[in-house]
Amino acid sequence: MENNLTEKIIRGDVRAAAKLMRGIEDNLPEATDELQKLYPYTGKAFIIGITGSPGVGKSTLVDALITSFRQRQMTVGVVAIDPSSPFTGGALLGDRVRMGKHNTDAGVFIRSLASRGWAGGLARAAISVMYVMDAMGKDVIIVEAVGSGQGEVDIRRLADTTIVVLAPGMGDEIQMMKAGILEAADVYVINKADKDGAGILKTQLEIMLGTKTDYQNEWKPLIVPAQALHGKGIDELTAALLQHKDYLYAGAEIMRRRRERAKLELAAAVEHSLRNHVKMILESEELNTLADNLAQRKTNPYLAAEQAVHKAMGKFREC
Amino acid sequence: MSPERKLRVLLGKPGLDGHDRGIKIIARGFRDAGFEVIYTGLHQNPEQIVNAAIQEDADLVGLSCLSGAHLYLFGEVVKQLRERGAGDVTVIVGGIIPAEDVPALKAAGIKEVFFPGTPIQTMVDWVKNNVKPL
Repeated sequence: MENNLTEKIIRGDVRAAAKLMRGIEDNLPEATDELQKLYPYTGKAFIIGITGSPGVGKSTLVDALITSFRQRQMTVGVVAIDPSSPFTGGALLGDRVRMGKHNTDAGVFIRSLASRGWAGGLARAAISVMYVMDAMGKDVIIVEAVGSGQGEVDIRRLADTTIVVLAPGMGDEIQMMKAGILEAADVYVINKADKDGAGILKTQLEIMLGTKTDYQNEWKPLIVPAQALHGKGIDELTAALLQHKDYLYAGAEIMRRRRERAKLELAAAVEHSLRNHVKMILESEELNTLADNLAQRKTNPYLAAEQAVHKAMGKFREC
Repeated sequence: MSPERKLRVLLGKPGLDGHDRGIKIIARGFRDAGFEVIYTGLHQNPEQIVNAAIQEDADLVGLSCLSGAHLYLFGEVVKQLRERGAGDVTVIVGGIIPAEDVPALKAAGIKEVFFPGTPIQTMVDWVKNNVKPL
């Protein structure tokens, strides 16, 4: 990775931006230096998060949203995250398949990320990659999380506005009452709205939202029926997103959300740093000694773990 | 913090050819080999593939064509990668390609041509031996 990418990225150089994103993903030390230089140029973009179960149509919806924002003369960045295999570390990143027609539009930058073992539906590099697009001057950045189930809601902490996509036939109302993803949205999309069950789904969702007792602020989540594949409901969705954006900026909400994101960033950085140290311990000679002692019952796992952590913290302080 | 380099491979189907069984099998094989595989889907023109490869910072681009237009389409991808300052990206190809076209493809900058029936492991080994993260 060459140095001094920052200048080029601010001028919108796609290759320079892609190289930095790669450096971030691959954990190259130079990338962190460049990111520090880039950070002052970030914080301008409107960040939209999209999550929902696999197959509900997130990527198709992103494709349609890109078209819609481009019609409004806004430039768009997309961070599309798919899972890495826990067995081989490989990944098949297929979100671009639905977005191919934007590949020749200079106002659109799409980057696929593999989750690389990161939990919560995101990737470690997601926030930083998003910031690179922000520094390039993209007006809107859409982050598409790994198709998720019930607990993976980090996307909400990362985005200004979060969309949860639902489709008919994915479970009954008990699913909706479970904690997690269904509490995460500012805007709900009921995709595949022409399919059987879409009307009931909308009613169930309205009831759930209507009986929810703990709105922390005045925003009541909107519900938008759509058929992303046919471009139906997309204008309404774009309008709902911009309406939420206005709401955020009208009061203190935007700062509250950005503080949440800052916490997520810090937590990610700290966890990453600690994880590296834990890995160092787990791959060290000392671990073999501990394991030998443990196998011979000279110690117990709890004491051994405490000793390992103590050593790791000692090394941590040296850096 | 230790670097963790992963090979990024972009697979594309240039032109008007709807036969994607082969490239999907290769996508899975490459994924199982531990690569990060970006699949761009059917009916892409060379410019779309090149833009995607640059945005994704691919180390390797794999193209499949079964329509007969491979000489033009494959060559165009290599040419445009070079024009965009991404000539260091390795390009490999496969599909229904007559053996007599191989010299022309290699002269155009294609690094390797794989024919129908090539075992996935042969391709994975070739990639591991010839392509490193850029």
